Amino acid sequence: MKSSVIVFPGSNCDRDIAVALEKMQFKNKMVWHKETSLPKSDLIVIPGGFSYGDYLRSGAIAGKSLIIDEVIKAANSGCLVLGICNGFQILTETGLLKGTLLRNKNLKFINKNVNIKVINNDTKFSNKFKKDEILKINIAHNEGNYFTDKNHLEELNKENLVAFKYCDEKGNINEEANPNGSLENIAGIFSQRKNILGMMPHPERMVDEIISNRDGINLFSSLLN
Amino acid sequence: MKLTLEKQFQLNLKKNKLKFSVTVTLKKDVLDPQGKVVQNTLVNMGMNNLKNIRQGKHFEIEVDENDIKIAQKKIDEMCKKLLVNLIIEDYKINKI
Repeated sequence: MKSSVIVFPGSNCDRDIAVALEKMQFKNKMVWHKETSLPKSDLIVIPGGFSYGDYLRSGAIAGKSLIIDEVIKAANSGCLVLGICNGFQILTETGLLKGTLLRNKNLKFINKNVNIKVINNDTKFSNKFKKDEILKINIAHNEGNYFTDKNHLEELNKENLVAFKYCDEKGNINEEANPNGSLENIAGIFSQRKNILGMMPHPERMVDEIISNRDGINLFSSLLN
Repeated sequence: MKLTLEKQFQLNLKKNKLKFSVTVTLKKDVLDPQGKVVQNTLVNMGMNNLKNIRQGKHFEIEVDENDIKIAQKKIDEMCKKLLVNLIIEDYKINKI
């Protein structure tokens, strides 16, 4: 499977995701944001970081960069797109995913491992997970508080477009397990066609037992499946 | 000597440039934690009659244009396309 990782000034998880993809046998290419064409890819990844120093709004400037037009075209023709952390913020700024990421409710940058629950395991991104499986994944963000309008929230629930929700160790989805104030504990969502996934937690940091755990592996093996 | 706003405006017109201010604020239903913290701090400082604070952003924009309507339209486009996230923010354009 061929993948492309888009690199912006200020991206800082681009190497991590590349290492994770290569470990999982993806043939990966790094693509600078000023490029005007994408290499042939089955998967496009928008990595985490602080593109353009989070100026204006997180992801706002990167969302208007040259390569993004190509990403939008590819996504609209069905290519798989994964946005992690700042990548999720960028995808909402481009309009490929609806809603937005507000400042964390407690106004603090949060960097810790949290539990998330797999809500929909019937997609290209999640078919190797069990339904309701609980994963321990790292989050590291200042704007991860997912917000959207009532109609879209209804659509997310009705059409099973919520990918992950923050939960406690036992899988309870409640306010105490919500690190950033996200609407209904949402940690990641799919686009309507389910070919785009945006998520705040970092699965690429969880692919090696030595440095963390392997809870993120199944996201990549789902894609290969 | 300090120029009045009106004089400044006339002067700008001659120079073929117009200046606008754009104020961006979070919509009423959107939680504004920064505004809340500022509000709580002011209350703690003894400003008891304080009712509500919402924090926003301010832009000053100059355009190379002398037709106010065209300029205003351009600014509006800038707001919609980049400066404002219409899902969570409202904006106001004022001539300066």
